[in-house]
Amino acid sequence: MSNDVFVITEHMDGKFSDVSFEMVGKAKELTSAWGGQAVAVVVGGGAASNIFASDATIHVDDAALSQFNPEAYGKVIEALVKEKSPRLVMFGWTAMGMDIAAWLSARTGKPCVAYARDLCIENNALIVNSQVYGGKMIAEVAPEGDMVIVACLAGSFAVEAGQGSTAATQIASPVALVGLKTKFVEAIKPAGGDVDITAQAKLVSIGRGIGSKDNVELAEELAQKLGATVSSSRPVVDAGWLPRTRQVGKSGLKVKPKLYLMLGISGAPEHLEGMKSAELIIAVNTDKKAPIFNVAHYGATADLFEVAEAMLELL
Amino acid sequence: MNIVVAIKHIPSIADDLPVKGNNVDFDSVDFVLNEFDEQSIEQAVLVKEAVGGTVTVVGVDVIGELDNVLHLALAKGADKAVKITGDDPAADSHQQAKWLAEAIKGLSPNIVFAGVQASNDLDGQIGPMIAAYLDMPYIGGVSSVEVSDHTATVNKEFAGGFGAKYSVSLPMVVGVQAASKPPRYAPISKVRQVAQMATIEKVAPSGGVSSGLSFKKMAPPVVTGHAEMIGGSSKEVAAKIVELLKSKGLA
Repeated sequence: MSNDVFVITEHMDGKFSDVSFEMVGKAKELTSAWGGQAVAVVVGGGAASNIFASDATIHVDDAALSQFNPEAYGKVIEALVKEKSPRLVMFGWTAMGMDIAAWLSARTGKPCVAYARDLCIENNALIVNSQVYGGKMIAEVAPEGDMVIVACLAGSFAVEAGQGSTAATQIASPVALVGLKTKFVEAIKPAGGDVDITAQAKLVSIGRGIGSKDNVELAEELAQKLGATVSSSRPVVDAGWLPRTRQVGKSGLKVKPKLYLMLGISGAPEHLEGMKSAELIIAVNTDKKAPIFNVAHYGATADLFEVAEAMLELL
Repeated sequence: MNIVVAIKHIPSIADDLPVKGNNVDFDSVDFVLNEFDEQSIEQAVLVKEAVGGTVTVVGVDVIGELDNVLHLALAKGADKAVKITGDDPAADSHQQAKWLAEAIKGLSPNIVFAGVQASNDLDGQIGPMIAAYLDMPYIGGVSSVEVSDHTATVNKEFAGGFGAKYSVSLPMVVGVQAASKPPRYAPISKVRQVAQMATIEKVAPSGGVSSGLSFKKMAPPVVTGHAEMIGGSSKEVAAKIVELLKSKGLA
């Protein structure tokens, strides 16, 4: 066992995600206390990997890794951590990290903490804060054993602390990537043809509280009066009430409008990832303890339909 | 085609979550089906409708009230329901995944569906763990699935509308983000009818694992900032929001 911290970085179309840099910065903070190395792990080609502030960067490349493939990437990361025995392996709680972190935990028998938003060391032991139950609770846990896997929420740490110019060591895959059952077929690009919500100055955003497809019309009317566009949280899109092009959040789009008026959105961490930088956030929700009220600038515990109708009369 | 859906019965986050000791006070909260499992059940039924087969829904009965959830799944098109008599509301994802994997093994599945995540997945999601325990490939964040012969073609979502299409040799485990179509509605009369007719198979939990996490504390987040709350009736709230927007040149 070493005291190293491995950060499993992620990139797409040649660009690393912010959470990769965030985790490298955090890893450096942890290893300065532990005495190990903060190691950035880059899997797959097509991205310049000498851009981290890590103590070392390992870049694994192979033809089978040219596109994200959970099976191939999982095998590589498993072989790597088994060989190098880091004390901590950090993933992003992202579309990529979510496919591998818990899988690796079950494969290796090492503990995993998901939804992680902070890590610290107390008496030489790792303590992880995890934002569970839709952001309503913070669990503080101490993972046992000689290797711990965490999956970190994007936006938890500073990006800048992980940016640097450490040269990467290129290595071949530590495991033969033959006989894979998973094959990458093609990339899917965002559907065009709809309004681009990332380019709008004002958004009226609706959540589960809107209740039904018929009620979306009320939000449309309000948006029209305000010169705004209707966007939403994920459940509204999953229910088929709005197209996926309108979805704000982790699996949707990141927006930064001048106005983000939220009707019936509780503010789960996944949604906050997509809108917390909006200039003015106003939230209307019936649940006075909804996490969104910790993030919004203005809030009201009220019935969204009554408020929206009353606003329509005044506008 | 043997289609299996692994579900999770979890504390509802619609209400406050009281704390007892270092964890949620499970006796004082309502349990609901994980919302992503509704999508996962729908996707499983859509696959059955496309290629034939049977859909078996399996879950750990953590508080002894899983029957209601299983009846709803049957009313929506599942064919068989299995409950693992875990009876431990604190059973973590590792433990549930292990029990589920042991139960699913006996069903000789061609494809296993699970919700991509649950709000209580402190130690990770059951989908990738079931895949690891059963030595099957896993892809999560999936929003459409087509099955032909021994292959599944799935679309996985990344952020911002980007995604990727994969083709996977079955068997596999799929973590469902959203079904290809919105989940169907099952009228309460049908659920009641199913509840009277249905047989739910009971399975004893088999296999033990530990997540290796010890709880130090569970508490609502410490609030560092809070919205300025606008009080009054809905009309007063509306008037104040409109006034605020006008003062900032936003209305």
